Amino acid sequence: MNLEELRKLREEQKQSLSRRNTDNKDIQIIVGMGTCGIAAGAKDTLEAFIQELEEQELSTVRVTQTGCMGLCYVEPTVEVVMPDMPDVIYGKVDAEVARKIVRKHVMHKTMVNDHVFDRPAADIVEEGGNQ
Amino acid sequence: MAAFTNFILVCGGTACESSKSDKIYKNLMHECESQGVRDKVQVVKTGCFGFCEQGPIVKVLPEESFYVQVTPEDAKEIVSEHLVKGREVTRLLYDKAESKKRAQIDEMDFYQKQVRVVLRNCGVINPEDINEYLGRDGYVALEKVLFEMKPEDIIEELKTAGLRGRGGAGFPTWMKWNFTKQVENDQKYIVCNADEGDPGAYMDRSTLEGDPHSILEAMTIAGYTVGANFGYIYIRAEYPLAINRLKIAMAQAREYGLLGDNILDTGFNFDIEIRLGAGAFVCGEETALLRSIEGERGMPTPRPPFPATKGVFDQPTVINNVETWANIPIIIMKGGEWFSKIGTEDSKGTKVFALTGKIRNSGLVEVPMGTTLREIVFDIGGGIPNGKEFKAVQTGGPSGGVITKDYLDTPIDYVHLQKLGSIMGSGGMIVMDEDDCMVDVSKFYLGFTVDESCGKCAPCRVGGRTLYNILERITEGEGEMEDLERIKSIAHATQKASLCGLGQTAPNPIISTITYFEDEYKAHIKDKRCPAGHCKKLITYHILPDKCIGCGLCARRCPTNAISGEIRQLHSIDQELCIKCGECYNVCKFDAVYVR
Repeated sequence: MNLEELRKLREEQKQSLSRRNTDNKDIQIIVGMGTCGIAAGAKDTLEAFIQELEEQELSTVRVTQTGCMGLCYVEPTVEVVMPDMPDVIYGKVDAEVARKIVRKHVMHKTMVNDHVFDRPAADIVEEGGNQ
Repeated sequence: MAAFTNFILVCGGTACESSKSDKIYKNLMHECESQGVRDKVQVVKTGCFGFCEQGPIVKVLPEESFYVQVTPEDAKEIVSEHLVKGREVTRLLYDKAESKKRAQIDEMDFYQKQVRVVLRNCGVINPEDINEYLGRDGYVALEKVLFEMKPEDIIEELKTAGLRGRGGAGFPTWMKWNFTKQVENDQKYIVCNADEGDPGAYMDRSTLEGDPHSILEAMTIAGYTVGANFGYIYIRAEYPLAINRLKIAMAQAREYGLLGDNILDTGFNFDIEIRLGAGAFVCGEETALLRSIEGERGMPTPRPPFPATKGVFDQPTVINNVETWANIPIIIMKGGEWFSKIGTEDSKGTKVFALTGKIRNSGLVEVPMGTTLREIVFDIGGGIPNGKEFKAVQTGGPSGGVITKDYLDTPIDYVHLQKLGSIMGSGGMIVMDEDDCMVDVSKFYLGFTVDESCGKCAPCRVGGRTLYNILERITEGEGEMEDLERIKSIAHATQKASLCGLGQTAPNPIISTITYFEDEYKAHIKDKRCPAGHCKKLITYHILPDKCIGCGLCARRCPTNAISGEIRQLHSIDQELCIKCGECYNVCKFDAVYVR
């Protein structure tokens, strides 16, 4: 790849990241899959999301993984990013809570009680911009 | 149905719960109903938000208004002002001045104590997809150095930034790089030290698992700066997920032409190889690590020569720790000036800590340098669970020391930690409460370094073992007062005469605990008593006659049948048979068992 190609690709990726928040189609469920998350049962959580989305026939929802968010005390953690809803981080998400998140949060835009947690820090990459 | 336009998040953590968050939740529901915004606003009960000292916490989305010390009576005003009229209730807003002081990032508005520079992408991107890294300005820094900067400019940028090594000693990174750059040599190497071995530390693992590309990008930048074409990542085999993600990242970067030959068509070549460590703690020491990369036995060699001039395969080598590397791309991208605004006068940037032990919200925290221990333990960590008293924090792992209650307000940076007899170390932070025995804690750490000593030099091999034996005697009630002086002189010799950092710092935990908890040592030696009720040889379990109802639970659970008594009658413990496992103490529902 040369410089032009890299810049073009990066621009595309940036747009697809920001489109997540506005475009109605793109709903993302991001499961924390660091060693800590997996040890706390994130694989079951991921499995439950995929099953529930299939059962509810929600084919536009994308389930992806990420590293550790740092909230070890409430692993497994999950972030839900979708239109018309603030980005929400859920903690202590076992299979049952995962199903609840699909039915309440994704399908009815209602947050699931007792499992919402706060993002630990503001995002320096997005907010700070380039020099 | 119509979507909600606002969400009121009420902290339902145990600390907030006890200060009436439940009542606040009900009142908010009631107010939303009566003020006619019930179908526009969802009131949500959440998990703990940290900031427990400031609780109860209420947060309103999407505005991100952060209200603290909210009372049930405030519910009405929050709903009528904020949700109905759209005006924040300023008197309840958290004062952000304190947080902003240490991280003067002008464009940002935040209330959190944490600032994520190193962990900027952890928990945000999919670490197995290079495209997501690119979408978050990934490889912008590499692009910038290859096309716009000369190697000298990069050194200058790091100098402005004031970045110091995060592995332990805190040596200025720009100087390290500059030493290697100035050596004229055909072959130079870049090494990433990912041999994280302190008990309770996992910052590097999380960084590698969550953001592997940032390390690859940083090492490539260093290669360009000092004139090296090859790098090693030395990582312990116990980190399979991190290794796997690094491998995926390296393959993707090569495919994109960001690693390997002719990077971005510039003619610059740089490639990286992973070397697996077998888990010896001493291999985290840089000279031992370099030997291990070469295929030799992992043992330290004297410095000088320093790796910067004579490192792996005797060639000039830049070796930095994972966290140091993770800072590089963002410094290049946003500039040294930006970075230098975070932190304190001589400790710039942030530090990641693995907060564990007797703490409510254990986790990985990243704070600007200069944040106080109190803020980390009580604001971010949520304090000590089960109503116990805070006793101390152990930082720096087996090379560090304890920080006690009296020093909770000390700013955490290189200088202050050293003054207190601890070190920044790699970032393990273990919180201890009143039940932790300080003699036992230092015995634990010393046991670790004794096990991990490579045995090359006598001060570490013999000194460590001798110290350990003394501590063992003390915890078994066979210590004598002269032991305290003995400990001090052996510790001094070990510190002074050991070859590498492992031995030089091995006595730190013991020196530090003797300094701050001498009484506890004396209680073990003189009174044959363990004040924390921890050291088995010095404690006995007893049953309180006025509390025991004779349920028999303890007797049934006792593994040695040391407890006897008729049902509904007072039970008693046969001290001859008791092995002090504490099971009776744990199972008694009536607090009838106590430790003496």
